[in-house]
Amino acid sequence: MSEPEEERGQASKRADEFMQVFKKGAEFTQELLKENERLRYQVLQLDEAAKARQDESGGVDPEVERLRLRVEELEQEKQEILDRIKHVEAENLDFANRYVEIENENNMLANLYIASYQLHSTLDFREVLQVITEIIINLIGGEEFGIMLLDEKTNRLSAVASEGVACEDLPVVELGQGIIGQMARTGENYFIDDLEHYQKDFSHPIVCIPLKIKEHVIGVIVIYQLLVQKSRFADVDYELFTLLAGHAATAIFSSKLYSESERKLSTIQGFLDLMTK
Amino acid sequence: MSTYKVLVVEDSPTMRQLIVFALKRIRGLSIVEANDGVDGLKKLSSDRFDLILTDINMPIMDGLKLVSLARNDPGYKEVPIVIITTEGANEDRERALAIGANDYITKPIQTVKIIEVTKKLLKISS
Repeated sequence: MSEPEEERGQASKRADEFMQVFKKGAEFTQELLKENERLRYQVLQLDEAAKARQDESGGVDPEVERLRLRVEELEQEKQEILDRIKHVEAENLDFANRYVEIENENNMLANLYIASYQLHSTLDFREVLQVITEIIINLIGGEEFGIMLLDEKTNRLSAVASEGVACEDLPVVELGQGIIGQMARTGENYFIDDLEHYQKDFSHPIVCIPLKIKEHVIGVIVIYQLLVQKSRFADVDYELFTLLAGHAATAIFSSKLYSESERKLSTIQGFLDLMTK
Repeated sequence: MSTYKVLVVEDSPTMRQLIVFALKRIRGLSIVEANDGVDGLKKLSSDRFDLILTDINMPIMDGLKLVSLARNDPGYKEVPIVIITTEGANEDRERALAIGANDYITKPIQTVKIIEVTKKLLKISS
């Protein structure tokens, strides 16, 4: 075979190979087009099916709708629980406040009960004065104070017991004279307005409580200084002052009467013994 | 229910009665009273206590002496001691705590404070 014929034969062979590749490419493209058409048809069918389902269920997927309703329910439950927690917290606060109030009342009642119990636990005059002193120190928090009794013959008040100050240092007060005398005359309690800037003055105490049997004043309690840790009076202190005003007076009066009757009895007994010997 | 034994050392009957009154509100407490430091010391040696509440200013033996003597007794080295006193100055508090007191309450007292401190030291929860 000549050279040009051989070249022609090779070119024809390459052309055949190219044609075969081209044919294969064309076939593949045809297949792709068919597949594309098939898929488009399927998408169309699915779209139609979805549309049909939406139309059937009013526009929303039932599963989605079920979940949406469940979420709403849970949200509502959550809100209810939060509201309940708020309510319980408010109740807790209320209980805590009431607990504090009741504890304060308990404390007040315990103080009043013990003060009253102790005041009437003896008929000895000195012991009664000691109990009053203990009440003022331990329950009220007085540091310097005195108990003054009225001499009905002279109408003068003088100290019979004191704490933190000597009885002799306390003034003898005429009924109606100064704050102490006035309170003894009127029977009213006196409390100084400004505890913080008080300057000690024996004729002008921070507190003056008349000791009364009904409206009859037999003496006064005067307080000049409170314990360092006591900066102001509490509610219970005013209750204790009221209790002292009545019960301390009765206890003092009873113990004095008892002492006098005991003394008289002993004198009479002495006479009787002399006469019967 | 476990029972704790508490010793109250206080010379003032009024104050002693108030402390006992407060302590009786705690369940499971057995309370013993002493009139002064010497009486308190006698009761400490003849019995076994889980808590001691004592005043400072008392005749014969004061509360601070009682605290230091109790702390020297091996049986009371760890037993909680509470001071209840009229002495409200910081140096008094520091002195009492330095010699071994566990807590310091100043008068006039609130019964609720006694209950709170007692429960705390005896580790009573309710």
